[in-house]
Amino acid sequence: MRKRVMTVDDSATVRQILKMTLEEASYQVFQAEDGQDALEKLIDQEIDLLVTDLNMPRLDGIELIKQVRQSPGRRFLPIIMLTSESHPEKKQAGKAAGASGWIVKPFKPTQLLAVVRMVCPS
Amino acid sequence: MTSLLETFKDEALELLQELEAALLALEETPGDSPLIDRVFRALHTLKGSGGLAGCEELAGFCHEAETVFDLVRSGQRVIDRDLVTLTLSAQDHLKGMVLAAMGGPPVDDDLTAELVAAFQALLPPRETPATAQSRTEHPGEQNQDTYRIRFRPATGIFRQGIQPQLLLAELARLGETVIVAQLDSIPPLDQIDPENCYLYWDIILTTTGDEDSIRDIFIFVEDACELLIQKVDEDGLLDHPEDYKRLGEILVERGDLPREDLERYLKQKRRLGDTLIEAGAVDDGKIRSALAEQERIQKLRRQRQASDQTESIRVRSERLDNLVNLVGEMVTVQARLTQLAGQRLDAELLAVAEEVERLTWDLRDQVLTIRMLPLDGTFGKFRRLVRDLGAELGKDVIMHSEGGETELDKTVIDQLNDPLVHLVRNSIDHGIELPGVRQAIGKPAKGCITLSAKHSGAHVLLTVADDGAGLNVDRIRAKALEQGLITAGSELSERDVLNLIFLPGFSTARQVSNVSGRGVGMDVVRQAIDALRGSIEVQSQPGQGTAFTIKLPLTLAIIDGLLVNIGSDQFVLPLSAVEECIELDRNALSAAHGRNLVKVRGEIVPYVDLRDEFRLVDNRPDVEQVVIANLEGLRVGFVVDHVIGEHQTVIKNLGRMYRDISGISGATILGDGRVALILDLPQLAERAEQSEKKRFTAL
Repeated sequence: MRKRVMTVDDSATVRQILKMTLEEASYQVFQAEDGQDALEKLIDQEIDLLVTDLNMPRLDGIELIKQVRQSPGRRFLPIIMLTSESHPEKKQAGKAAGASGWIVKPFKPTQLLAVVRMVCPS
Repeated sequence: MTSLLETFKDEALELLQELEAALLALEETPGDSPLIDRVFRALHTLKGSGGLAGCEELAGFCHEAETVFDLVRSGQRVIDRDLVTLTLSAQDHLKGMVLAAMGGPPVDDDLTAELVAAFQALLPPRETPATAQSRTEHPGEQNQDTYRIRFRPATGIFRQGIQPQLLLAELARLGETVIVAQLDSIPPLDQIDPENCYLYWDIILTTTGDEDSIRDIFIFVEDACELLIQKVDEDGLLDHPEDYKRLGEILVERGDLPREDLERYLKQKRRLGDTLIEAGAVDDGKIRSALAEQERIQKLRRQRQASDQTESIRVRSERLDNLVNLVGEMVTVQARLTQLAGQRLDAELLAVAEEVERLTWDLRDQVLTIRMLPLDGTFGKFRRLVRDLGAELGKDVIMHSEGGETELDKTVIDQLNDPLVHLVRNSIDHGIELPGVRQAIGKPAKGCITLSAKHSGAHVLLTVADDGAGLNVDRIRAKALEQGLITAGSELSERDVLNLIFLPGFSTARQVSNVSGRGVGMDVVRQAIDALRGSIEVQSQPGQGTAFTIKLPLTLAIIDGLLVNIGSDQFVLPLSAVEECIELDRNALSAAHGRNLVKVRGEIVPYVDLRDEFRLVDNRPDVEQVVIANLEGLRVGFVVDHVIGEHQTVIKNLGRMYRDISGISGATILGDGRVALILDLPQLAERAEQSEKKRFTAL
């Protein structure tokens, strides 16, 4: 069975890149536009990996990570955050909230896949 | 000067042979990664040097096969029989391409396209040639270092969404790993929290990457684990001892054992590992991990040393032949010098002559070893033959080889090829039964041909054995009768009957097959072996198989001989066959009633009177000498006038006129310029035996 990934980003371009790259590597991709959207979609969607941006409207990434970690079935879910080089301190906050790893934007498809493979191989 | 193309041709043919050997071995052990690497390397090197030599087409062709094997190497494809068969076809085609580049017949372009398409069909569809190219540009030619890594994740690591085994898998992608899990932190069952990680790991990693590339893997868990990375072995350093650190030292370095404790335990003079475990000083897992490190690095260093030692230079074989000829001349001249010095009674000249003699002997030995080649290469060629022939005849046959490291003179090896092919073909065709027949009589369906080689004194024994039906003595006898090779009344031992197969025109094949039984008999094999101054024998057990044993001299050019004289003529006997020299007692002779028998320490030994044999009419001296020779287990004496001594004998072939004279295998030039004949002792003994028989049946 293909591994299911939910990607969360408010930028359509980033969502597009994530979808293309992950689908080409045989992942099944579900998209959400921000933290709130993600939480709603996660109610009735099982996933194997969450990839989320940090800076988002409505519910930001840090808060999303915290809430996902607290739900009983997702305590061991791999979570990757997308950070930008201009805000390295966010990395710590994300880790404290329960993120497994991070990818610095901008990234190349191969870099993305290398990180994904480390926490959730297809 | 040799052209670039010629150099490439030599290299390419060697690589193709290596490729073939590795492929065939791979077929037997499909998962063997050193073998996969060998295949890959051969293809890769061929591609690289082909490109440099201007054979673009060949380089491109290699690239296709190489790409597929790169996938195999990285575990993305498995080796199966089809891939081996395809690559073997490619190997044949590449040979054609190499020869075409040297001006040989052009290769079939359609076949090239066909093979390329077959390789491309094996690649995953999204693999574009460009990415494949960039991946294979830099195979492991960089230095390989070995690191000792201890990775101890925080117990809560699972709750961070991280699975440690994925990190270990990632680490394994960097190179070769040995991973030992440490279990000593697992609490008793009632205290275990199943959400916690209690394990930690010791990893020995050999990689071309640096420490940073290792740290990168642990970057997400940096602050949630203990990570210890130490470089313990570095490639490219020259002063490595072959031995690695001792167990205790490794444990102290890792912090698993305090140094003062080590010193205390070492005093107990027992195996340290046992002592430590018994005393509970170090956990069993830590010891296993340290031992794994020790073993890994020792193996690496041994491999490195072996590869350093096999450095070689390539020389045209005719240059070596010239060198051997020159050494031969030198030995002759040196003999003359020694003789002259002996006559002059000049101490200084004698000393120089002795020095020259010693150096010449050393030189001779050195030059002869240069021409020695291991039989591995020859055996390797037969794997292919056995495989293809077996398939052709519907038989399942595997080949074993033993003693491939045994060395023989290159000339001998070259001339050995045809007779060996003949024997192997025969064994598969006549010896090994069809799989159904084998199973019916309780044998494994797979037949087995064994090629083995070993030293035996100044000779090498080569054996071609099969586990087939064995030779049918009655049928051989009947056939020989029918072909008029023996007469109805002749009494022959089983061994004699078996050896009838070496007679010209003998063949028992019921059906003429494509493989053997085409009228080229075993006599051709025997002639070829005779030409090498060797001998061949056959042994057979009905139902269990047949073994042909070929006995060959180590070298053809120069032998150690025993110089003797009869009257004014001098002869050389091969020293390797000589056991001892005794005086001939005339009284003992009369007791033998005119038969040529002499008693040597209680044993009756037949002898050949060489003076009679060669009809030499000089006066017989009062006391004669008997040289006792051992001819394959049979002791035979040869009567001569005097034994002069050991002689470095440079073998010269006799002219065409004298080639068929039995009892003489060649000639040599002595120090004073005279010629001495080299005796063929087995032939002389056989001749004497026959004339003796005739004499007594006549009586």
